[in-house]
Amino acid sequence: MKAAVVIFPGSNRERDVCAALKRASGKEPDIVWHRDSELPQADLIVLPGGFAYGDYLRCGAMAAHSPVMREVKARAAKGVPVLGICNGFQVLTEAGMLPGALLANRTLSFVCRDVHLRVETSQTIFTCGYEAGQAIRVPVAHGEGNYTADKATLDRLEGEGLVAFRYCSPSGELTDADNVNGSARAIAGVFNDTRTVLGLMPHPENSTDPLLGCTDGQGLFDGIVSALQ
Amino acid sequence: MKARVHVSLKSGVLDPQGKAIGNALASLGFTGVGEVRQGKLIEIEIEGSDRAAARAKVEKMCQELLANPVIENYAIELE
Repeated sequence: MKAAVVIFPGSNRERDVCAALKRASGKEPDIVWHRDSELPQADLIVLPGGFAYGDYLRCGAMAAHSPVMREVKARAAKGVPVLGICNGFQVLTEAGMLPGALLANRTLSFVCRDVHLRVETSQTIFTCGYEAGQAIRVPVAHGEGNYTADKATLDRLEGEGLVAFRYCSPSGELTDADNVNGSARAIAGVFNDTRTVLGLMPHPENSTDPLLGCTDGQGLFDGIVSALQ
Repeated sequence: MKARVHVSLKSGVLDPQGKAIGNALASLGFTGVGEVRQGKLIEIEIEGSDRAAARAKVEKMCQELLANPVIENYAIELE
């Protein structure tokens, strides 16, 4: 599996996600600069974490209109999987590739710590490395991760199995205390209608190195590799 | 001519920054203060003197970039 990782001015987690992808696929991903209007052949496109355009105007707003995003949208329309992590998730919502929006955390603080996520479904290329209901530990690092959408959209996401992850306790229970940023229905990540685009606020790529004590995030990348084989 | 765009969060959308400002006003001793909401002002110089064309152009800017229709409203003033 060959991945392409798109970077904007201010992206900062591309190396971490490249390491996780290389660990899973054995291949070094291509890095693509936002001003490129062409994308190399890729089995997976990744929008990494960071502060694209300094989060000016709104997080991900201007990145969503970068020349490269026209091609990312075209590839996604053809079914090429796209993974947006943190700032990448924000870019995907601003680009209209995923529903909803990310607001400031309800505590107004930047949260940087490990959380637990409940995997809502294993029936996707992104989550086939997990079991539905499984709780995984991954870090978050964001100030604007509070997922919001109108009631009709939230109901539709739940009804159609498009919620990917929810913030939970270590044993997988949903409590308000475990909702790290106040996201509606504790939603940490969502799929598009075809489940080929995933956006999530937490950083699975930073839960893949045994040296750091937790590798729960590796299952996401291993799952993608095995699903795309 | 100058266009002034006011972007604000839709009512019902949580505004933690507005809340924080309200709390700060309270600790400064201001009483009788209700809800506080914070928005943005974006000022844009538009060339030409055709007001209708300028307004239409700024409308498009709002829809495509300046406001996120999922969570924000906008209002345009032309000077």
